[in-house]
Amino acid sequence: MNFGRMDLAMNLGGVRAIYLFEMARTWRTLLQSVVSPVVSTSLYFVVFGAAIGSRIQEIGGVSYGAFIVPGLIMLSLLTQSISNASFGIYFPKFTGSIYEILSAPVSYIEIVAGYAGAAATKSVILGLIILATASLFVPLHIEHPFWMLLFLVLTAVTFSLFGFIIGIWADGFEKLQFIPLLVVTPLIFLGGSFYSIDMLPPFWRTVTLFNPVVYLISGFRWSFYGMADVHVGISLGMTCVFLAACIGILWWIFRTGYRLRP
Amino acid sequence: MQPVIEISGLSKTYDTGFQALKRVDLTIRQGEIFALLGPNGAGKTTLISIVCGLVRASTGTVLAGGHDIVRDYRAARRLIGLVPQELTTEAFETVWATVSFSRGLFGKPRDPALIERILRDLSLWDKKDQKIRTLSGGMKRRVLIAKALAHEPRILFLDEPTAGVDVELRRDMWRLVQRLRETGVTIILTTHYIEEAEEMADRVGVISKGEIILVEEKAELMRKMGRKQLKLHLQSPLGAVPEALAGHGLALSTDGCELVYTYDTRGERTGITSLLRDLAAAGIRFRDLQTSQSSLEDIFVGLVGERP
Repeated sequence: MNFGRMDLAMNLGGVRAIYLFEMARTWRTLLQSVVSPVVSTSLYFVVFGAAIGSRIQEIGGVSYGAFIVPGLIMLSLLTQSISNASFGIYFPKFTGSIYEILSAPVSYIEIVAGYAGAAATKSVILGLIILATASLFVPLHIEHPFWMLLFLVLTAVTFSLFGFIIGIWADGFEKLQFIPLLVVTPLIFLGGSFYSIDMLPPFWRTVTLFNPVVYLISGFRWSFYGMADVHVGISLGMTCVFLAACIGILWWIFRTGYRLRP
Repeated sequence: MQPVIEISGLSKTYDTGFQALKRVDLTIRQGEIFALLGPNGAGKTTLISIVCGLVRASTGTVLAGGHDIVRDYRAARRLIGLVPQELTTEAFETVWATVSFSRGLFGKPRDPALIERILRDLSLWDKKDQKIRTLSGGMKRRVLIAKALAHEPRILFLDEPTAGVDVELRRDMWRLVQRLRETGVTIILTTHYIEEAEEMADRVGVISKGEIILVEEKAELMRKMGRKQLKLHLQSPLGAVPEALAGHGLALSTDGCELVYTYDTRGERTGITSLLRDLAAAGIRFRDLQTSQSSLEDIFVGLVGERP
């Protein structure tokens, strides 16, 4: 039997439900989600900007305090995007409540849009809050605001997708923390958050160019001050390559049902 | 009645090589209460999980309301509600928020009046603002049912709905199921409590080792496979069944005080009249007698136990 004509269009209501549910978690855990990254970023300014930065000369005509702002925003953007998205999908897997998502009339694309969309939104909001916080410590100007927003959103989306992949892959809290703590954080610190890679000896400079985070930070810094370690086009290209890689992995996960649908 | 779920040639082999389902064919009729019985590991949950979209079938097709659950999954899933076996709920959400979320997930517009009615029906209204982690196990079970009903499904799967709940809640749930059936909802339940199937089901399916070994109207099953026993409590104990009564297939209790006569309810003649006559002729007197009928549980154990 047939229960009449069904609306087979995209389930935007389902996406909205997941998105709002995840955003509600942010407000419920406001201290952990927003306040603590802002506090830790402020501490970075105090330590690197004021205490150490006062002894470091300007870099490319920009004070050291202002120079590290894009790097600090990227640091939070990357870690929070991964953390929000991975926890968002891992927690229902852990509690078993994922059954509800998988048995609902939502497609994989809609599931990702809901979870990664919420994670990216939170990260972008956080990035903007950190930017506002930074402006209290150092004078800021943004040369290319459109590109700044583009890099901000693109990076948040890309790393939210990456976090979503980690959340699906992880089968324990240890694994959930493994890549963010032992891989991503070192890459961010070694990716020019607090220095220009031009300051490194030639050998280490070459090695650093294998770090994908360099391109993200460089492009983002260019949007602020018009100065970059690598050409902005390459930065944008690398971000898009990483985004495409994440989409490719997700496509494979959904095609095979990896760790979601046995 | 029209079929609402049509399962054809459904098999599932997990990556470990375990074959959970072996070419299962099953049709569920619209508006019925269907009880799927089977021992642990028989394939009940795998079958439900495939229909609901949680597990991918290896072979075979499933239609829900005429919609293929893979090709036309949106239309199929909109019809289905699932109450899982485990108490799998978010811990930090309120009851109201989690039930509303479930409705939204199915793309349905907000309907506070409906959510209120569901919560009241399940005696959850006064808990609506409580976080789920503060609720008892029985209340969490009610929340899961409320979530499954939030999008007004036409087909409801209850996977072990009363496992670990108290008698009061079990009775409440049975009443709820009957009310849902009266509104035309088709209900498929798996249960370990055969009493539950006996109480509620219109039809019963038995699954064992991944195969459906029987599907039958409950009343017909009880009639066909049910056996009755007549117990005679003797005035004086016997050492053995007398030769004159050998043709009746009687069993004597170990203390010799009770004769047990088993007869087939399907038979035209039960043989009770001739037994009583022969007892009188043999001078055996009894002080009491009682009859008992095998329960669905006895039938189930007999069916599953017979299989190698």
